[in-house]
Amino acid sequence: MNRTRTLWTLLLCAALAGCGSSVELDESQDATIESRETGAGAGAGGIGDSSRAVQQIDAGDQAQDPLNDPQGILAKRSIYFAFDSFVVEDEYRPIIEAHARYLTTNRNRRIVIQGNTDERGSREYNLALGQKRAEAVRRALAVLGVSDQQMEAVSFGEERPRALGNDEASHAENRRADIVYQ
Amino acid sequence: MNRTRVLSRCAAAFILAGATAWAQAQEMRLDVSGVGATQYPIAIGSFAGEGQLPEDIAAVIRNDLAASGLFRIIETNAVISDSATPDFATLRSQGADSVVGGSYSRLADGRYDVRYRLSDTVRQRSLGGESIVAGANDLRYAGHRAADFIFEKLTGQKGIFSTRIAFITRQGGRYRLKIADWDGRNEQTSLTSPEPIISPSWAPDGSRLAYVSFESKKPVVYVHTLSTGQRKAVANFKGSNSAPAWSPDGKTLAVALTRDGLSQIYLIPSDGGGEPRRLVSSSGIDTEPFYSPDGKYIYFTSDRGGSPQIYRVAVDGGQVSRVTFEGNYNVSPRVSPDGRKLAFVTRRDGGFYIMIKDLASGAETRLSDGGQEESPSFAPNGLWVMYATRANGRDMLMAASVDGRVKQRMSSDTGDIREPTWGPFGP
Repeated sequence: MNRTRTLWTLLLCAALAGCGSSVELDESQDATIESRETGAGAGAGGIGDSSRAVQQIDAGDQAQDPLNDPQGILAKRSIYFAFDSFVVEDEYRPIIEAHARYLTTNRNRRIVIQGNTDERGSREYNLALGQKRAEAVRRALAVLGVSDQQMEAVSFGEERPRALGNDEASHAENRRADIVYQ
Repeated sequence: MNRTRVLSRCAAAFILAGATAWAQAQEMRLDVSGVGATQYPIAIGSFAGEGQLPEDIAAVIRNDLAASGLFRIIETNAVISDSATPDFATLRSQGADSVVGGSYSRLADGRYDVRYRLSDTVRQRSLGGESIVAGANDLRYAGHRAADFIFEKLTGQKGIFSTRIAFITRQGGRYRLKIADWDGRNEQTSLTSPEPIISPSWAPDGSRLAYVSFESKKPVVYVHTLSTGQRKAVANFKGSNSAPAWSPDGKTLAVALTRDGLSQIYLIPSDGGGEPRRLVSSSGIDTEPFYSPDGKYIYFTSDRGGSPQIYRVAVDGGQVSRVTFEGNYNVSPRVSPDGRKLAFVTRRDGGFYIMIKDLASGAETRLSDGGQEESPSFAPNGLWVMYATRANGRDMLMAASVDGRVKQRMSSDTGDIREPTWGPFGP
């Protein structure tokens, strides 16, 4: 893979071959070569197979993690809310259930749920409304078994809008909670 | 009587958090409209002195007094010294009831000795003055102090011309927390961030600001010492932390925390640490706490009744009482420094306006008319309310006299300005 490294390895081998000191086995001496059996319960397999065995685990094959499938339901991370509403509508239930399944299967994964609002009204009150949206999603996941340690609900209020217009379509885009995997 | 004072603002200079130490060069524009119910006609002559002053102190005084709307500046080109008796007869014939004269001289160490005197042209006598020693960078401040002196002598109310404001700007994807003189001049930046900063709030002694920063991708409350740039995250609990409000003794912050689910109000020590004490409970949203000036009550926003309204509770617990009843959206309570008025934001017919409520009578008057207002903040003399508004696609600041007659607009050509908070009187 790395040509430079291969070159150095070759050079090193050559150097070692050149200047190594070798120990010769003196066959004439009365040296006993002990036969060793190693490893618990080592039988006919000879030395090493149990104590030197290496068990492979998968840290998470990127290609196989369903979280990374752009076509999968887990790719959907946003839940939208109606005006003045903090209820997770039925149409988003499948998304909530899918993330809950993933999180209960992968207990080492954590998410932050970020709540947002449109920009009308007091910033601090909107921060609290955004939190209410994030909290609604968090509770929906908790009910399905996701543990508190895996989730944090926070709010951006009106401060980080995704849509910048003043029309109703922009407002609707910003009334949103996002699931963000850490 | 003449008094000599030495100004040393260098000790109180703002050292910036972050790498850069240069003050921002851009300045805000100040436009004034309207006049007060009474106006004091006053002539302010050019100051006498050799050579050119780096700052025209007489102009600073004229601008301050004119912007208040309570003074009618009588035009005069005369150089009027503080040490010579003014020509009262001529000044009276020009319509001036008062006159300000002044002088300056350069000292050996490069600073300036600035003097001014206020006189009554009708009674033909001096009303007093001051002698100030100031460096070139403090000459505007000297002018503001003179304007305060004149304002208080003639109106009986303390002037706010030496006070500062803090506000947030957004420009080119960066947010800045800035401090400036009351008139928007001498802007300095105390925090720059790629993420939003909201809800700045002055400590009662003017030495620190509390604010909410999203730099760690969630709202966290900081307390920031202006002179050193040192700051501490005083509320960084699970969930969102926001809406800091100082107790009058500066020792406590009321904050909104969502650590238990929905936003509720807690009290924490202003230097952090300790376990937050919950102030009130509701099953809805409680936020935007604000102390009464006597420290006994906290006003706050709550939607416990179904829609956001303003309520009040005693700091050591007790009954929660409702304060606003008109309409279905009343938020952002701010009590005036004398405790008698409440400024807040109301939503009427889809627009957001600043209202002033007399707490004794309950009467409400509308202060603003843009329909996109937020963040009201009283001046420390209670005569003005500064707030944020939006016009022509840009966020900007307004300051309005409490009677609504005089308005000042502060805008910048290069960015949005929001979240103003008016600082306290200086030492």
